[in-house]
Amino acid sequence: MRASRMQAKRLRTVITAGVIAALTIGAAGCADSDRDSGGDEGKAATGGTFIFAGAGDPKNFDPIFNDDGESFRPIRQMYDTLIEHKPGTAELQGGLAESWSNDPTGKIWTFKLRQGVKFHDGSALDAAAVCANFDRWYNMKGDAAQSQMIYYADVFGGFAGSPDAVYDNCKAQDPATAVVTMKKYKGAFPGAFALTAFSIASPTAMKQYDADKVTQNGDSFAYSAFATEHPTGTGAFTYGGWNKATGEITLNKNPDYFGEKAKVDKLIIKVIKDENTRKQELRAGTVQAIDFPAPADRKALAGEGYKVLDRPAFNILYLGLNQKNPKLKDLRVRQAIAYAINRAQLVQTKGPGGATVADQFMPNTVLGYAPDVQKYDYNLEKAKQLLSEAGATGLTLNFYYPTEVSRPYMPNPQEIFTVLANDLQAAGIKVNGVPRPWNGGFKDDVQQFGKQDLHILGWTGDYNDPGNFVGTFFGREKAEFGDQAMTEMFTAIGKADATVDQAAKKTAWEQVNRDLAAKWLPAVPLWHAPPALVTTKNVEGLVPSPLTNEEFNTVTLTK
Amino acid sequence: MSGIGGISTLADHKRRRIEELTARTSEAGGVSLIRDAGRRLLRNPTAMVGAIIILLFLIIAIFAPLVAPHDPVQRFPELTKDLTVDSIPGATAGHPLGSDPLGRDFASRMIYGARQTLFVGVLATFIGLLFGVVLGAIAGAVGGWLDVLIMRLTDVMLALPSLLLAITLVALASRSTQWTVIIAVAVVNVPIFARLLRGSMLAQRESDHVLAARALGVRRRDIVLRHMLPNSLTAVIVQATLTFAVAILDAAALSFLGLGDPDINRAEWGLMLGVDGVRYFEVRPELAYLPALAIIFVALGFTLLGESMREALDPKNRR
Amino acid sequence: MVRVILRRLIQLVVTLIALTTLVFFWLRSLPGGPVDALLGERATPQTRELLTRALGYDQPIWTQYGRFVKNVVTGNFGNSIRTGEPVMDVISRSFPATIELAVAAIIIAIGLGIPLGYIAARYRGRMLDNATIIVTLIGISIPIFFLGYLLKDLLTQNIHIFPPSGRITTGMDNTDVTGFFVLDGLLTREFDATADALWHLVLPAITLATIPLAIIIRITRASVLDVLDEDYIRTADAKGLRNTTIRKRHVLRNALLPVVTTIGLQTGALLAGAVLTEKVYNWGGLGTLITDSISGGRDYPVLQALILLAAVVFIVVNLLVDLSYAVIDPRVRVQ
Repeated sequence: MRASRMQAKRLRTVITAGVIAALTIGAAGCADSDRDSGGDEGKAATGGTFIFAGAGDPKNFDPIFNDDGESFRPIRQMYDTLIEHKPGTAELQGGLAESWSNDPTGKIWTFKLRQGVKFHDGSALDAAAVCANFDRWYNMKGDAAQSQMIYYADVFGGFAGSPDAVYDNCKAQDPATAVVTMKKYKGAFPGAFALTAFSIASPTAMKQYDADKVTQNGDSFAYSAFATEHPTGTGAFTYGGWNKATGEITLNKNPDYFGEKAKVDKLIIKVIKDENTRKQELRAGTVQAIDFPAPADRKALAGEGYKVLDRPAFNILYLGLNQKNPKLKDLRVRQAIAYAINRAQLVQTKGPGGATVADQFMPNTVLGYAPDVQKYDYNLEKAKQLLSEAGATGLTLNFYYPTEVSRPYMPNPQEIFTVLANDLQAAGIKVNGVPRPWNGGFKDDVQQFGKQDLHILGWTGDYNDPGNFVGTFFGREKAEFGDQAMTEMFTAIGKADATVDQAAKKTAWEQVNRDLAAKWLPAVPLWHAPPALVTTKNVEGLVPSPLTNEEFNTVTLTK
Repeated sequence: MSGIGGISTLADHKRRRIEELTARTSEAGGVSLIRDAGRRLLRNPTAMVGAIIILLFLIIAIFAPLVAPHDPVQRFPELTKDLTVDSIPGATAGHPLGSDPLGRDFASRMIYGARQTLFVGVLATFIGLLFGVVLGAIAGAVGGWLDVLIMRLTDVMLALPSLLLAITLVALASRSTQWTVIIAVAVVNVPIFARLLRGSMLAQRESDHVLAARALGVRRRDIVLRHMLPNSLTAVIVQATLTFAVAILDAAALSFLGLGDPDINRAEWGLMLGVDGVRYFEVRPELAYLPALAIIFVALGFTLLGESMREALDPKNRR
Repeated sequence: MVRVILRRLIQLVVTLIALTTLVFFWLRSLPGGPVDALLGERATPQTRELLTRALGYDQPIWTQYGRFVKNVVTGNFGNSIRTGEPVMDVISRSFPATIELAVAAIIIAIGLGIPLGYIAARYRGRMLDNATIIVTLIGISIPIFFLGYLLKDLLTQNIHIFPPSGRITTGMDNTDVTGFFVLDGLLTREFDATADALWHLVLPAITLATIPLAIIIRITRASVLDVLDEDYIRTADAKGLRNTTIRKRHVLRNALLPVVTTIGLQTGALLAGAVLTEKVYNWGGLGTLITDSISGGRDYPVLQALILLAAVVFIVVNLLVDLSYAVIDPRVRVQ
């Protein structure tokens, strides 16, 4: 018995070894190198290869089907939008459209297109091509495709046949003039035209590679050849390939780009998920720039001579207060919580470099920011007093916080939670921490079911519009805040958003911000935290964008 | 062991180690062996080093509130004053090891860490042991189809590498808590203990004192409870000592993978190393080195003692 | 014989059906789920509804189950939520990376382990022996992710000898033939790629080799000691055979048997170690895939496929082993 078992074991070993050997040998045989033969690549005095380390995999390269920064990073290099952001700001300037205008109702938008712009496949960008894009989005068929057009659903309200749809039609007045008509005015415009998701793609290529084909497969979706292999825009770089085994996305210089042509010949976006490893690769010199350095590493890297580029803060982290809890329905309790939190200390001890205390839900660069909102400076006594006035002493609250996630506005949620809980406990509020994985229940529990009393969450702005911040959070009733009774707030925000006149719009939003702080307080704003980029010394011309919208055509590599 | 139906290679390997241990500790059986082994252990410097490390660890863990200068979760103004995300204050008056990333007293956290680590290690080991022993005892005492079923189950569990099994369990639970970590690490050990106990009981079934008891008409339940189980426990205790080391290492690994205990208020060495230690390594390397050293020492202590006990109980060494 | 095969095949099918069902219903009962994983912060309730419909989650659970089974039977596990490519592509791409790493680790563990173990046994009780034992004990007691971190920090950051992460230098533009980068370089004569890939292998392989190395040293040492104690060695010694002859002919050959077995049996432990090592070195293998598909955003399709594939491989390998064993050993056939 013993001996025979021994044999069996040896046999198993042999089989294991055999399988490995077979795999190896079977794979062998003849193979040819398909490497580019250009021997002098990367050695030229100008040009060269710029390697940028991103933080995650892109999903695909069809702009309309994406909603995350890691997908938008390569997409932005390959495509252009009608309107662009001025480098380094959230202000608008002409993109594919040299100029734009709207009628007094804010419903008709006229775009004067740049002349002589060509897509990467050689077809011309004209008004018909622009309208083809708008019509494509509006008429997109199928739940699968529609469900992946997250920005479109948000900004344009819906698709063909939906009563909420904002888009009406697009007409090519002449080859250089596209007129887009909406059913109603929305504050999101014109800012939303600059969203990377609404980049203009080549209609020829989209037709050729079946761009609209999104098929459900298992628990996810498969995208067309257009989205995965043949993305075709007008951008400064053309698609060169995505090596998934090494996590490298290669983009090549587009010599026919209409704007400032790329200074480098080649751009590689390398996916490195671990922030620590990104930093180490930067030090090793194998990448020339990294996104989202760990906040803890900024000082050291700057000290070693790397360039730490801060993006102007365009985000917000807030502490949500759920009024489903009757105690939190009382404004005094919500104010007590605001007073109990030492935000200055939170920013000092845990804020990434350059973070500032937030007193409202939008950064001060956004239209409608009110400098004179009620401030809740740290005041423990006041907090305790308000709590006892409200009869809410001995309050116990369930505090939901996410795990397994790091966001630019929230680099380390567990630490932020611990600090906040500590402050609240000092004010006599008992905190029951409930950690939930970001994709494993947090978003569901918090935004869908509103199970929490308190939670932390935040937002990075997409374009310079107060509606994109305050409107998104508080413009309608949400389970996240349990605020169905706050009809006054919804009406005020709805009105401000619908105001076409810019001066009146500004005043309306300023009042909303004041009321949010003093009267409504559905959440406590915590901080604005600028996400950083770090590059090696020889990288010039990289302009950090508040919207994390960097374009790499201006980058040069000096010796 | 059924001839057909050996499971994977790894299961075999583990099974063989368990069987060896069983054979060594239960063949000779009896009190004299244990007494003998105890004497040998006392003379063995390796065992003594292990025992001293464990004793020290236990003392710190049990008397943590007396040893630690401060409360491990309190934030101190004198520490938060100079604390930023890229600089963590070092030693100051009253805080011999300085601050942790949240302005808490690091020395106190290290000391309380012994307690939490002991808690995780002991519970993970104990739960594994409990279920393992019950399953093993049932398999060994009842036999028949139940035995076959239980052994099949343990075969399957042994075939998966322990850390992978723990990761799968945490994933299946959808989120991690201190308890998912403890249970995941515990479950990994259930089959080891079950096999161990069953083997040991089978070996005893034919031993003289059990045969004698049976001849005297002692009831089966009493034979199992009074004679067989106590004698099998030596092997189980040895294994538990070795398991403890693996348990705290696995808990640390889970923390590193982001699947550990999510509550960073809890001062547990694996958590401190796997989360803060790694994140702030360049800002203050002690945040990694100290918990790592503590884990290494404790794991070493338990391994040394466990291996010495195993050797001491080995009848081959009785010459 | 035929009956054995038949029984095992039935067993295989039953196990797979049970497991598939279990995985399907379990994953669907988890909070969040693919809908959460697919939607970012910007999703409106309407998009959420659309997505639920698009994925068919609004249909009766049995319809969903039927579709799932149909897909699985045809080998289609859907597309990854993270990268949008078919799950089987993701898995087959990660596989060679892990094998390459594991093979390198095993080579290091054997290459160092056997000689060290042998030397320790030869000098039993002396300084060298004790030092080896202490080092192996520490090797078993150190959290290997931390060891990896230390090695990486020391040898890639303080002293720039090795590359910090990945399998090949970015922009190397190596031709991918088999997915084994070292091998690919040789096949396509891109020898610089081979050298580069080997260079990237050094630190991860050393990290992953730590535990098997410690185990191999200990087992070699123990088994050499056992053999040295055996009568036939003493006899040989007494006969006056030269020391080197004894060593070569008797000690090593006999001592290596248990060592060889152990090496073959380290596979599972290596995979567990790979999960940690790959995370430290950003090594795009199965280990990374496992962590990424859980903590990196709940990639349920990948997770599902990994669990089922592990089960299939496990059952099939066992079936093959048992069958070939039955062919070789007539005694089993009689049973």
